[in-house]
Amino acid sequence: MNKIKDKLIFFFFLLSGLIVVMLLAGIFYLLGSTSIHAFKEISLKQFFFSDNWNPNAYGEPSYGIVSMIVSTFMVTIGSLVIAVPLGIGTAAYLSDIASEKVREIVKPVIEILAAIPSVVIGFLGIVLIGPIVAKIFHIQSGLNAVNGSILLAVMALPTIISLSEDALTAVPNTYTEASLALGATKWQTLVKVKIPAALSGILASCMLGMGRAVGETMTVLMATGCAPAMPHSFLDSVRTLTSSIAIELGEVAYFSTHYYALFAVGLVLFIITFIINLASDIILHNYQKVYN
Amino acid sequence: MDRLKICVEDFNFYYGNVQALKNISMNVYKNSVVGIIGPSGCGKSTFLRSLNRMNDVINNVRVEGNVFIDGKNIFGSNVDVVDVRKKVGMVFQKSNPFPKTIFENVAYGLRINGIKDKKYIASKVERSLMDAALWDEVKDRLNESAFALSGGQQQRLCIARALAVEPDILLMDEPASALDPTSTAKIEELIQELKSNYTILIVTHNMQQAARISDMTAFFMLGELIEFDQTGTIFTRPKKKITEDYITGRFG
Repeated sequence: MNKIKDKLIFFFFLLSGLIVVMLLAGIFYLLGSTSIHAFKEISLKQFFFSDNWNPNAYGEPSYGIVSMIVSTFMVTIGSLVIAVPLGIGTAAYLSDIASEKVREIVKPVIEILAAIPSVVIGFLGIVLIGPIVAKIFHIQSGLNAVNGSILLAVMALPTIISLSEDALTAVPNTYTEASLALGATKWQTLVKVKIPAALSGILASCMLGMGRAVGETMTVLMATGCAPAMPHSFLDSVRTLTSSIAIELGEVAYFSTHYYALFAVGLVLFIITFIINLASDIILHNYQKVYN
Repeated sequence: MDRLKICVEDFNFYYGNVQALKNISMNVYKNSVVGIIGPSGCGKSTFLRSLNRMNDVINNVRVEGNVFIDGKNIFGSNVDVVDVRKKVGMVFQKSNPFPKTIFENVAYGLRINGIKDKKYIASKVERSLMDAALWDEVKDRLNESAFALSGGQQQRLCIARALAVEPDILLMDEPASALDPTSTAKIEELIQELKSNYTILIVTHNMQQAARISDMTAFFMLGELIEFDQTGTIFTRPKKKITEDYITGRFG
């Protein structure tokens, strides 16, 4: 009897594991098999090297995604420029400077920040950050890459802070003591011993934050203006891979070239986020190996 | 000929409400080796860590009394703890090299002092590794990770790292307790050599070790300094019964 129960439980867990793997494979297959139709009519050269995305043009529609990729990387890198220093600074404050009480209050609060719906952040972008950006840079509309970067930074911060703080706290206390005993200040110990020792954990947290920023849709859709043109500066309106799919997929004719092209955009996005997550996973894994 | 190096006066130490050290007074002379013995939890490590103010990193501790090093009270109000620690080096029970190369481990103390001269750093690293009797074993692999070394080598690396900062005093908290007999012998030999340039205080659980290497021996129990005398006297004609009981192994 027990043997059968044991077997059943085993199969239940095996099945759960298989379902998740199959889901991932299924999504990948769906994206791949659908987007392949796009390339019957669009040349790979146009898709990956043209910056003109105009599927509804009379006569010659154009399907170049360069401007979207550039837009995606602009807001992502912009957000990292803001979120990485701020995130590591906050993590260092929490792990090394803040008292136990402050840490116990602040850390959960930061983690709750991750639970704010992206549409709310986008809303803040439209009514608050956008106008401020417009005022500072003396431009007509604040719905641009800077605005998107700031909002994505807010969304990436909880991940970066929380995981970096974990990484810094995991640095063995013996390193800190050794450094202090040599006459190092707290600051020197943090910068020259603790941060280097926690570096892979910190890097992984930044990569995960980056993954979040790349895949984020609603916020950038609302707050970056979404002009489908090549951006020339951070004060230009941008349209990311995600917001293009969100805007257009609802109104596209099924099984048209445009429809297939949007799936191909989705595939590109999937591959980008997959690579980022894989890279952070590898870094994190190596990091755990060092300490165990 | 002897010169007073460390003078501890009526020193009390508290973790919260628990008193860990009671009215300790002790004079340590320059270039001597002081062995500190006593049962676990008797306050030996707390005492040692008070001398370079490493206990400052623990929350909720309090001290009373004075510790003078070269005539200056290290608990004085205008004393920079960083200066104290540069003067009083420490080697911990468990070897704790940084996750850096062998070279960088020793160079660390120099770099944090703002020394940038590469030649000077290289020669100082070599000198320190020689003083720690490790140079011959690592001279061809300075750029390897410190973790690639054996336990005994790591501990000597930690000693080299402490020496590079040129302290006057070296505190050692059971530096050989995690090592095999050969490595222990090497460390003991090293302590004898270092004595000519440094004043050394060493906490040890191993009474033979204290007898072998120290000039003076301090016996701690329950936070009190029971007896402090020449090592020969402590081990052959202790003045107090309790010291004799401990040394002869009647409790521990």
